[in-house]
Amino acid sequence: MDSSRLWLLRPFGERSTLIFLGVLLAAMTLVTLLHVAVPPGHPLYVSAYTVNLFGKYLSYALLAVAVDLVWGYLGILSLGHGAFFALGGYAMGMYLMRQIGDRGVYGHPVLPDFMVFLNWDSLPWYWYGFDMAWFAFLMVLLVPGALALVFGFLAFRSRVTGVYLSIITQALTFALMLAFFRNEMGFGGNNGLTDFREILGFNLRSSETRLGLFLATGVALALGYVLCRAIVTSKLGRVCVATRDAEARTRFLGYRVERFQLFVFTVSAMLAGLAGALYVPQVGIINPSEFSPLFSIEIVLWVALGGRATLYGAVIGAILVNYAKTVFTGAMPDAWLFALGGLFVLVTVFLPKGVAGLLALRLRRRRDADGSFSGKEASA
Amino acid sequence: MRYPPMLGPATAGARAGTDAAEDERTSHSRGSWLLALALSLALVLGLSITTPAAAQDSTPDDDAAAMTLLEALDVDSFPTKGEAIDAIVHSDDSRARDWLQALLDGRLQRAGDGRFVVVLDNTGRDWPVQDALSGEPLGQMSRRELDRIGINNALRNQLRSAIAVVDLYAADVGLRRASAERLLGEVDSDLAGPLAEVIEEEPDARVRERLVQALAIYRLEQGELQAIDDLRGSLHPRVRVALARAASGTVESRAANGDDPIVADAAREALNSIEQMLKLNRAAETLYFGLSLGSVLVLAAIGLAITFGVMGVINMAHGELIMLGAYTTWAMQQLLPGQPGLALILAIPAGFLVAALAGIAIERGVIQFLKGRPLETLLATFGISLILQQLVRTGISPLNRTVITPEWMSGSIAVNDALSLTLNRMYVLGFALVVFAVLMLIMRRTRLGLEVRAVTQNRAMARSMGIRATRVDIMTFALGSGVAGLAGVALSQLTNVGPNLGQNYIIDSFMVVVFGGVGNLWGTLVAGLSLGVINQVLEPWAGAVMAKIIVLVFIILFIQKRPRGLFPQKGRAAEG
Amino acid sequence: MSILRSLASRDRVFDFLVPVESPVDVRHGPILYLEDVTVSFDGFKAINDLNLTIDDGELRCIIGPNGAGKTTMMDIITGKTRPDSGQVWFGSRHDLLTLNEPEIASLGIGRKFQKPTVFEALTVFENLELAMAADKRILPTLTARINGEIRDRIDEMLDVIGLKALHGRPAGILSHGQKQWLEIGMLLMQRPRLLLVDEPVAGMTEQEMERTAELLTGLAGKQSVVVVEHDMGFVRSIARKVTVLHQGSVLAEGSMDQVSSDPRVVEVYLGAEAEEEAV
Repeated sequence: MDSSRLWLLRPFGERSTLIFLGVLLAAMTLVTLLHVAVPPGHPLYVSAYTVNLFGKYLSYALLAVAVDLVWGYLGILSLGHGAFFALGGYAMGMYLMRQIGDRGVYGHPVLPDFMVFLNWDSLPWYWYGFDMAWFAFLMVLLVPGALALVFGFLAFRSRVTGVYLSIITQALTFALMLAFFRNEMGFGGNNGLTDFREILGFNLRSSETRLGLFLATGVALALGYVLCRAIVTSKLGRVCVATRDAEARTRFLGYRVERFQLFVFTVSAMLAGLAGALYVPQVGIINPSEFSPLFSIEIVLWVALGGRATLYGAVIGAILVNYAKTVFTGAMPDAWLFALGGLFVLVTVFLPKGVAGLLALRLRRRRDADGSFSGKEASA
Repeated sequence: MRYPPMLGPATAGARAGTDAAEDERTSHSRGSWLLALALSLALVLGLSITTPAAAQDSTPDDDAAAMTLLEALDVDSFPTKGEAIDAIVHSDDSRARDWLQALLDGRLQRAGDGRFVVVLDNTGRDWPVQDALSGEPLGQMSRRELDRIGINNALRNQLRSAIAVVDLYAADVGLRRASAERLLGEVDSDLAGPLAEVIEEEPDARVRERLVQALAIYRLEQGELQAIDDLRGSLHPRVRVALARAASGTVESRAANGDDPIVADAAREALNSIEQMLKLNRAAETLYFGLSLGSVLVLAAIGLAITFGVMGVINMAHGELIMLGAYTTWAMQQLLPGQPGLALILAIPAGFLVAALAGIAIERGVIQFLKGRPLETLLATFGISLILQQLVRTGISPLNRTVITPEWMSGSIAVNDALSLTLNRMYVLGFALVVFAVLMLIMRRTRLGLEVRAVTQNRAMARSMGIRATRVDIMTFALGSGVAGLAGVALSQLTNVGPNLGQNYIIDSFMVVVFGGVGNLWGTLVAGLSLGVINQVLEPWAGAVMAKIIVLVFIILFIQKRPRGLFPQKGRAAEG
Repeated sequence: MSILRSLASRDRVFDFLVPVESPVDVRHGPILYLEDVTVSFDGFKAINDLNLTIDDGELRCIIGPNGAGKTTMMDIITGKTRPDSGQVWFGSRHDLLTLNEPEIASLGIGRKFQKPTVFEALTVFENLELAMAADKRILPTLTARINGEIRDRIDEMLDVIGLKALHGRPAGILSHGQKQWLEIGMLLMQRPRLLLVDEPVAGMTEQEMERTAELLTGLAGKQSVVVVEHDMGFVRSIARKVTVLHQGSVLAEGSMDQVSSDPRVVEVYLGAEAEEEAV
């Protein structure tokens, strides 16, 4: 039956999705043109560095979409999504490490530099297979997915929700951070994985590869967005919202709430892993600081600022906050934490629906003025 | 400090007064065997015996004679120097110990004008010195003007033993203890006899015990079976080394009887029982460290337990309130320089107030607008925590501040040779228990506590009964925050005071609260202490970081099993 | 009522929507059977040796003063609270104590909460859609589409509960009474064998109460209904058999007249009711 596929196409019938995809496509085209067609030195020229930066923002945006899926629609405030992001990043980093081959400082044909440095004589078993791109890319999704599946299974089964869940997700990422700081883990300790050279045979330092990664991230964001949109507009999405607002009621309707939570949580974790995997080759390093609770909670701020339960709000929030971070940390590094802290307070107190809420409000006012509001649309 | 003359008049029969006051005992009663001891010491060290200076009345020290003694040191030949040291030992000059110590440290030097001086500080180019005879400070002298009296290793050993023996007759119990300590494993045939006599004279039980052990080690080396009885139960590492050596049968060649299987067996058996006791002691030590860590966790978490339990509010800035308490301690010490103890005591109310006021500001400024939205509250208070951290970083310094530990809090109590308990941790443990008890009293016995419990159980009902829930919220939040400030004051004695102080404790605090069961102070106490102990138990074989990870994973799993913690609130109201 | 009847007759048409499940076995006795059930919270016995039997197709009213254990009893039947001891059977085949809430719900026990609980962020239409009997596993839910038949069923229910005009509005904007109706509608969409209805008429106008009474009595016969209610007038209007709970166990059982003439009931219940009315 095509009904199983149709749910994936449903978002294309929505105006908001089409607008989002249009804007994203336009932005990607514009950046590409300004990078390729405009000569360097021209005021409109977009440098490879900036392309890289935009690519980073887009991977953050995908991460924010993943967080919004669980927070906005399922009501689960995960303070540990950075862990899934970082795991995806590490999976990609391991692949990139293996691609270095014997070009490392120590010139060992198999072992990454840090293992040679630690006097290891063979590759740990969990590094096997990461020299193959398909395996590594699969792991990018499967490792965060598996962690989310196990963690979520335990948590949701025993109905750990609300602030409790937030706290233990935070503990999860904190524990992982401590673990990855250990050299014995075999992930490069606090230096992490770095000095990457090429991906799929393309030189990571060339501007063509950077542009390619930027575009790939854009496509991933688009696909991730459509997938999430398809989920939230399906009946399953409505079950999620029902769970968020009245969990017990949903149970009494016969829905196994914990399974729905687990499903969406795992999908979200995989998307976060994908975002991490796209992030790593663009910034050139992955280290345990990505596991820090501060980072995870910052992601939540992007979503809150952009507006929960809209998905596009998450994208707006991620880009806004990270752009501000780039500007601030360059101009006045001391002020950044003040600004970030202030944002947390201001957004939660004064802007509970975020930027998207403001946009929607303006839109609704205009529509009301047109007198064209119809409740039918929502359910149809 | 005055030391007893090396040799007193040999008064026969004066030994009877072993119970005499310490001061009296020092010189007179010991003259005869002291002579023998000093002689034997010389023998031990393989020195030719010079005729000891005849016993004289304890006349004031003779500077001329002293000068001669010191002059004798300023020669090139090391054996001659050894004789000179011997002479100093046998003199009854009260300054002898200082000279020997200075010589051992390389600080006894001769100035250009021929005077002997003791260098007080040998860093830099000009050294402050004092006259070796008069003890008067002579100001600074250039290192070029000074000529060090060199010693070699043999002399160094001679000096150490000499000082140890000299100290055995010191009036000060502390010195005698230290000296007896040094003698463990250092006793030789020549020292053994005289030592037995010293033991009988020694009034202090601990010194006596040490000396008996020192002697027993020697006797064990001689293959004497009974010696093991004296060593049984001692936890001192040198005793264990001696027993282990005897047990493995490698008794040194100077042992007369050579390898004796009976002695070896007995030694092995004694060693085993000592190992058992050591295990017990190690367990006690782990428990102590665990309880200490646990008390810190309890202090850090209990404020959180109150705000979280009563208001359902997750205050992510709780860690920063702890930090404020710690900085208050630092600030008090800046205000009262030279009186760290007083400052610390004043910091207790001050830290409470500062943190409580900050808490009220947070509650009024932010949290009250986010009623019923716990996740948003979490985010907003996290923002506040970032701001507070950055305030400290820019306002004070991004670096750690030093908070002084007052004298009465430093040091440790030695329970036995293997177990000593640091005082600061002891104080913090006690402090945590006191804070807990006071909080319990407030919750159980005061009007505020009653209202707080009422609001916790049913906000709407409490309100309808005339309890001003808003006021209760403020008071509760102030109380919880103030306790965080107290935690900060305590923590300043154990850890670095810096902007990240709070961050390091916030996750642990949450774990404690969640583990113990929200809204239950007993739960917090039990959870905090047990998590502290679990952590310390795991640490030796898993490492500090792994121990922490294991504890986190344990709690994550525990919460799955019992989502409401160790001591859950029951009933319909508790079910969201 | 004609609509309801037509709904019932059309049930057959939608059989493919009903998840495959073992039917409740009522050949050998009652549809719901509670024996010696006890549950305590911190030493307080909310339910104390409760015995209760509901026959297939029966409409039973349960009354009792506050704290008599009515809501706790519903919690136990629906799997929200586990009793300390006792047995709870649905038909003669299903031991409810071994099942969780969704399992119990999909066996055919529907529940309306004391405080009307609807999904406020979803529209009225979507609320009914979620409640409707269907395959409620993950993938079928993900790929589910609203076809004409489903829409018809929901539209009919919208007519029954009188919310047709509001079907596209978020349930959050409904009045208290409308929410009660919506929740009853959701309950009916589940097509349960047994309905547990906790205070259905609180906050309703006289007219709405009448309609609710009509609705509930219309259901009896095909479905078993347990109504917990404070409003004695309402109970009198629908009740055939009344059970009085007091301190966690059954105090009296029988027709409304029998029960209200029982001196013990008069003593504990009517006294309490008088008090309640005074509040």
